[in-house]
Amino acid sequence: MRVLYFAWVKSKVGIGEEQVEPPAGVGTVGALLDWLSQRSSKHAAALANRSVVRVAVNQEYVGADHPVKPGDEVALFPPVTGG
Amino acid sequence: MIRVQQEDFDIGAEIAALTKDRTDIGGVASFIGLVRDVAGGESVGAMTLEHYPGMTQKKLEEIDAEANRRWQLSASLIVHRYGRLEPGDRIVLVITASPHRQAALEACAFLIDWLKTKAPFWKMEETAAGAQWVEARDSDDKAADRWVGRPSGGE
Repeated sequence: MRVLYFAWVKSKVGIGEEQVEPPAGVGTVGALLDWLSQRSSKHAAALANRSVVRVAVNQEYVGADHPVKPGDEVALFPPVTGG
Repeated sequence: MIRVQQEDFDIGAEIAALTKDRTDIGGVASFIGLVRDVAGGESVGAMTLEHYPGMTQKKLEEIDAEANRRWQLSASLIVHRYGRLEPGDRIVLVITASPHRQAALEACAFLIDWLKTKAPFWKMEETAAGAQWVEARDSDDKAADRWVGRPSGGE
């Protein structure tokens, strides 16, 4: 599974993307964020306030209950500020 | 039509290209977003726009398709820049063309409102206090929400 980070989420995690292999029990976005938070203190800091982290799975906005599976592209980022 | 690019754009040339050899267009509306030198009372020296390549293109295409579904447009164009920009630089261009002005004007407003809340771009401003990521504004959400569930406008 490929996980991408953007904007301040990227700054806080310290990397733009990583390849991860969460255990089989990690089947939803919410569970994935819980699991990612335990990877390092930087991950934990970046994902501490879930209300300001948006999630896209395979380039579509999704909620915490959305399923994730091996091979997915998961992106974590703050609310967008373009235009 | 969608373009995401680092380089600047020429507004006149874009409008000319979009309307070239077209005799069915009665009106063209445009929105141009520029970098301001002040944000939240702080002086901004420059801004860097980051985006999510792939998803950006996809989301902008969806937004453009939605505008064309809601309004009778003869042509539409969104150009959004990324990278480092300075005050006065152009950030985004939206052009809509239609047989009559109302569809063009409404679709143009819709496109920029939806783009601001749905397209994965993020602004980082360079100020005296250091580099800061711009926070999303409730007013942008409200501007986008006014188009939710609203039937298509004039034709």
